[in-house]
Amino acid sequence: MKKNFFQKIVSDTNEFERTPIPQQNLKGSNSFLGMYAGEHTAGTEFVIGPLFVAHGVTAGDLVFGLLIGNILAVLSWAFITSPIATARRLTLYYQLERISGVQVVRWYNLVNALMFCFLAGSMIAVSATAVGIPFDLEMPTLQDWMPRTPGWVITVLLMGAIITLVAIRGYSQVAKFANIMSPWMVLIFISAGFIGLTQLGVDSFDSMISIAQEVIWTGVPLPGMSKFTIWHIIFFTWFCNMAMHIGMSDLTILRYAKSWTAGFYTFAGVFLGHFLAWIASGILYTVFLQANNASQEFAPGEIAFQTAGIAGAVCVIVAGWTTANPTIYRAGLALQGIFPKVPTWKITAIVGGITSLAACFPALVMRLLDFVALYGLLLMPMGAVIFADFYFADRFGFQKEQALTNNSKFSAPALFSWILTLVFCLGLNQFYGVEIFFLGLPGWFVAVFLFIALSKIKYPLNKSIIA
Amino acid sequence: MKTLLKLLSFIGLVLTGLPSILFFMEKIELETSHHLMTVGMIIWFVTAPFWINAKVDKA
Repeated sequence: MKKNFFQKIVSDTNEFERTPIPQQNLKGSNSFLGMYAGEHTAGTEFVIGPLFVAHGVTAGDLVFGLLIGNILAVLSWAFITSPIATARRLTLYYQLERISGVQVVRWYNLVNALMFCFLAGSMIAVSATAVGIPFDLEMPTLQDWMPRTPGWVITVLLMGAIITLVAIRGYSQVAKFANIMSPWMVLIFISAGFIGLTQLGVDSFDSMISIAQEVIWTGVPLPGMSKFTIWHIIFFTWFCNMAMHIGMSDLTILRYAKSWTAGFYTFAGVFLGHFLAWIASGILYTVFLQANNASQEFAPGEIAFQTAGIAGAVCVIVAGWTTANPTIYRAGLALQGIFPKVPTWKITAIVGGITSLAACFPALVMRLLDFVALYGLLLMPMGAVIFADFYFADRFGFQKEQALTNNSKFSAPALFSWILTLVFCLGLNQFYGVEIFFLGLPGWFVAVFLFIALSKIKYPLNKSIIA
Repeated sequence: MKTLLKLLSFIGLVLTGLPSILFFMEKIELETSHHLMTVGMIIWFVTAPFWINAKVDKA
């Protein structure tokens, strides 16, 4: 049931693409519970947890930061995305088209597709670190941005080719496979974490606390890595899915919900994937560091293999693959919005090629935290535009759904809100040194303010009434 | 048949999860826990596809 629901959303592009979801097609909350629980335990989890360790976060900061950040993320889904999704019941793309016009949506699709390519690329690289184990492949290190060896490039390109071929054949089989793997992957994370704790010498609750504080999350970053505080953890955890909640991507999913309260069911995903799995993968990385004399090598496949054996390495391959594949497919869909006449298989092949090339660069894995934050940040302003259109159009006296109302293909307030918000964020980063993880919050307020102000100027309500 | 497959899948999950607890309790070695988890993985991979997506295929 949940699978069918998720498949429909991701792969069936024609169903209710430009119409609200009919009453009889709405789904109960359990569908969302299952879907989110599976979706947020992915290949990225094998990288994010270890990177927190590498960035020298303390145990207390990690636990409280994850708790607070995840609660904020759930509240964002529940109070920002879900009410709009269940009120209008439209996809993100169509909602955006009605506000900003089809030309702006094309640019949005292009940025979205590129981000999807890079995300899928990082997952191919993660899988390659497990595939390379039997071939004794030299793995990348934390400081690597460029590929180290031809062997790495060949492995990644081969994996990319296989994943692209599967993606060309369609989404359905991979979605089924991901659905089967989901409960097993969650269990592997938990089991591996348990084994890792034992390997580190935990034999009681007290020893677990002391080892967590003194061995795993010591508060000392690895050489060459910046120091993370509780604020980094809170904001990263809150905004790692920024594109989905305040960026409104999940309008497409939550529009199927009978009630807006379905947004709360995202807790299942974030607390399994972004709490348990991140903590577990951090433990595995510490075992790896201890066994390899604080090696600079950063290979999720080897990290999982050392603690959970073959099952761990297979879990990394599966997690990377099941994340990369739908992501390539989604990138293809986004690009097809721009080039509707090009056949799907050609688009998917091009996307797969770009993704595979990107995957050759370990920087995508080593800087995954920055990349995830950037991905959300780039798409977030359009979510703010949808929010402002929904809540503030009547209150501040500007036209709702401006492009649709004016039969226009282009709405300047939406486009300029997007661009100017990103310029503002870039300015904060470049001139005031604000790290990328913290730009989303001020950026969202700026985007809402800009959209209201520009809409008041360009599309005031009285003007439309007179017209 | 489906009940048997579900039972086997459950055993696969038990073999994935239980070894970590047994290793913690010092009842088995790390290598044994790895072997058991691999067996659990194979059982899950072989049995779960036959019932997990069954509802979907019918729908």
